[in-house]
Amino acid sequence: MTADEKKRLMALACRVRMGVIEGTHSAKAGHPGGSLSAAELFTYLYFKEMKVDPEHPQWEARDRFVLSKGHTAPGLYAALALRGFFPWEELKTLRHLGSRLQGHPNMNETPGVDMSTGSLGQGISAAAGMALAAKYQGKSCRVYTLLGDGEIQEGEVWEAMMFAHHYKLDNLCVVIDNNGLQIDGNVADVMSPYPIPEKLRAFGFAVAEIDGHDFDAMEAAFTLARETKGVPFAIVMKTVKGKDVSYMENQAGWHGKAPNDEEYEQAMAELKARLAEVEAM
Amino acid sequence: MADVKKIATRESYGSALKELGAVHDDLVVFDADLAGATKTGTFQKTFPERHFDCGIAEGNMMAAAAGAAAMGLVPFVSSFAMFAAGRAFEQVRNSIGYPHLNVKIGATHGGLSVGEDGASHQCCEDFAVMRSIPGMVVMSPADAVEARAMVQAAYEHQGPVYMRFGRSAVPVIHDEDSFHFQIGKGEILREGADAAILANGLMVAEALNAAELLSAEGISVRVVDLATVKPLDEELVLDCARTCGRIVTCEEHSVIGGLGEAVCALLSEKLPTPVRRVGVQDVFGCSGPAAQVLEHYGLTAQNIAQAVKDLR
Repeated sequence: MTADEKKRLMALACRVRMGVIEGTHSAKAGHPGGSLSAAELFTYLYFKEMKVDPEHPQWEARDRFVLSKGHTAPGLYAALALRGFFPWEELKTLRHLGSRLQGHPNMNETPGVDMSTGSLGQGISAAAGMALAAKYQGKSCRVYTLLGDGEIQEGEVWEAMMFAHHYKLDNLCVVIDNNGLQIDGNVADVMSPYPIPEKLRAFGFAVAEIDGHDFDAMEAAFTLARETKGVPFAIVMKTVKGKDVSYMENQAGWHGKAPNDEEYEQAMAELKARLAEVEAM
Repeated sequence: MADVKKIATRESYGSALKELGAVHDDLVVFDADLAGATKTGTFQKTFPERHFDCGIAEGNMMAAAAGAAAMGLVPFVSSFAMFAAGRAFEQVRNSIGYPHLNVKIGATHGGLSVGEDGASHQCCEDFAVMRSIPGMVVMSPADAVEARAMVQAAYEHQGPVYMRFGRSAVPVIHDEDSFHFQIGKGEILREGADAAILANGLMVAEALNAAELLSAEGISVRVVDLATVKPLDEELVLDCARTCGRIVTCEEHSVIGGLGEAVCALLSEKLPTPVRRVGVQDVFGCSGPAAQVLEHYGLTAQNIAQAVKDLR
């Protein structure tokens, strides 16, 4: 990608992070840590990779995205708002009574959300079912799903992996956000899912391992995913939980806690500084 | 009764899928290594390209079917009731029920009539858990004719449906040519004034036999096939209470959470009426030939007749 495009994506990722902070601060609840670690991924999917049309969220031929780690809805909502699926201001209604932005994604409420998720392990199954359906229907669309590294402790995830390989779902791309932390601490200490790429390869996936904050690496991986035929593709991305908000980085405590007013001010100041830095590049 | 034709409702489910599949190419089938038993194998032989075996992984199967429904297909998903409603409950609740996706669950081997396999496979809780999901239609046919019509109605209905079919052959009590099925509507099979027996599944044939036994003793009962547990045919149940004054419910299911409790909940709020519930009395089943197991747990015409007399 060109330097300009990369700069544009980096700036958008900053804005996605601001949206995460706006939403969770206003909600006084929600999951900033894993939303921030996946900010580049949300940005890349909605501004580079996926065929979508904000004017027609139900467009039949669109690519689908299933947020299997549904608790990071604040990140998805920020990307959808930026892409024009609904107004940016609406992010402040996150988790409020009557809002279209439910605590976890609801496909019938929020424009741009392709599947209701939240209960871990189920989104990847739904994504695999979509990919299978697309093949039967002769649709050329692709299906993307994002899982947490803690989420893959769910047995259903591996049922879905077996299914995806068995039915040769090369239109499915599974992304695993390896930020290394879950509610109770390090994933390695709670219930180690490691080694992740080896497990995926054993289940028949073609695998790319990337830095999840590097757009060049992301472009290479998603290009390889599209070119891979006959087997499903997985991207294991190493990330920093809470990325770009100093006091949240690598802190399990920020998995599911909202910033208070003071923390909000600090986070927004840091993100604005980061945005200015990117724009000056 | 020796010349009455007997067919298992699961047989009818399999052949109905094949019939419907020939007309609708958006109908796809998911199974979990039980295609021979659930009879989706009948569909598979004709339409192998849209029968998807998921292996022994019911949770993934339910959520994958939800994904297929989100793409506009109409998936029929099958396993034994124990695993469809039990093991995969949360996938059904969160991935199918909550987004109100157009998935049809065809659960076979419901109830005690599974027989020899015993308690681990005799699901008597499926009506209870499936009824508790908002927007879920819950049904169980009395015979092969009703099963066929039910599958067609389920296809035409927009939204999630749970259908329970049985393993054992049961008497065919409906006439194929004149039968009309509507989701949420019960059917009066026999008129009577002293009590009403409301049943579904294989208990409908038992209820008709009970009506014969009672008739010989001068007791006249109405017999109703309430194939749809949810939404309940409230109008008909209230009419039964007004007309007959006494109600006996019969189901091959726990007395907790099924048809009996649904009827009691309605009547206690709108028209308090004496009720007896014939069903599985909060116990697990056991191994044995189906007929003997049903008799052991009190699910026979004699038990129903006795329940009617207890109410008098």
